Amino acid sequence: MSRPEDLLPPDLYYNDSTSRSYTTSSRIKNIQAEMTYRALALLNLQSPSLILDVGCGSGLSGAILSSQPNAPQLTNPGGPHTWIGCDISASMLAVALENDSPGDLFLADAGQGIPFRPGTFDACISISAIQWLCNAESSIETPQGRLKRFFDGLYVSLRRGGKAVLQFYPKDASQKKMISDAAVRAGFGAGLLEDSEGTKSAKTYLVLNVGGGDILGAVNGMEGVDVDERRAGKGKGSKKWKKGKPNKGSKAWILGKKEQMEKKGMVVKPTSKYTGRRRKTPF
Amino acid sequence: MKLLTLNFLTCARRTCKSSPLSFPLHPCDAELEIADVDFSLDFLRNILPRLEWDAMVALCSELSLPLSATVPAAAELSGAGDEPTQSAKDLHHLLLETNITAGKLVCGNCGHEYAIKEGIANFLLPAHMV
Repeated sequence: MSRPEDLLPPDLYYNDSTSRSYTTSSRIKNIQAEMTYRALALLNLQSPSLILDVGCGSGLSGAILSSQPNAPQLTNPGGPHTWIGCDISASMLAVALENDSPGDLFLADAGQGIPFRPGTFDACISISAIQWLCNAESSIETPQGRLKRFFDGLYVSLRRGGKAVLQFYPKDASQKKMISDAAVRAGFGAGLLEDSEGTKSAKTYLVLNVGGGDILGAVNGMEGVDVDERRAGKGKGSKKWKKGKPNKGSKAWILGKKEQMEKKGMVVKPTSKYTGRRRKTPF
Repeated sequence: MKLLTLNFLTCARRTCKSSPLSFPLHPCDAELEIADVDFSLDFLRNILPRLEWDAMVALCSELSLPLSATVPAAAELSGAGDEPTQSAKDLHHLLLETNITAGKLVCGNCGHEYAIKEGIANFLLPAHMV
């Protein structure tokens, strides 16, 4: 199946007819509801909270947030939540208006940042939206720039200890890496979680938290969870970065240059035990 | 759009981020509407410390709604037996049930106007203003 992201920008792809069929399709409704419940379980909210819904569309996920009952015996206690949704498609928002969506709606592009003051939200949820940020529609924007503005804005607008669960459909492994790297660079503690990995119905969740707390705490005791934890500035991520390039002037660097020149067809002196060896310090 | 949301909104432009004038946004030609929302004391308790009360007071004077200049204490929200007091109900009515359905929001720093239609604010910026 072709990806809608490759066809048109989101504001044009979700026109009146697509938005309507998207919202009325029972299959899409069920999948969206399932993913929203999963995201809520990962957020693990204990009291009625203020939530940001990025790419809220016609409010399918928001309806679930508002209808959560506050009953401690349930798996997802702490509702009903108040939510604020933003979406780039005016047609989707029109469908949400028709359905009397209980949350506040905004026509906004998440790739332009999040226009809220610091520490606004308890949590953020996003269902099948942020893969759209990997498309830049004009030459003055880049996918990396759009992702950076989104994650920077999100980091600021979440309160300390707040969490975000973003479900998305990555095109390939490199896109998945680009998104999670952008989140880590913004300062989030990030973990990727995949449900039914390797199948056609694989679902990727990016679980982010702001300052303190352990990302693994949320997924402890859950089945079928595969966590890939990274954090900016420490652990594997930063070391790997250094391993890629040898220091200029080192033996590895010289050998690399010689190989490069050889490939170009230049005449290169054969490598011996003296190649790249340090000279004796002259008196 | 709820008045609660307006207490958190800032201007979306990058150049306005550093200016204190970009918050709060000032409503202009606003039309108000009351819509019923279920009362939740827990949510009010959760949200009260995060409100910018000065901005709230300024907003209410611009919309000519009554509001006291002092922040209600968390203890004032519930009376005996966890019953919500009148001040909690008033706060709920103001924050969650009062909506702006049409009008404009104006940034105090750059003067950009964000249109509100049918309760939905348009925060899409043209490329040269991002």
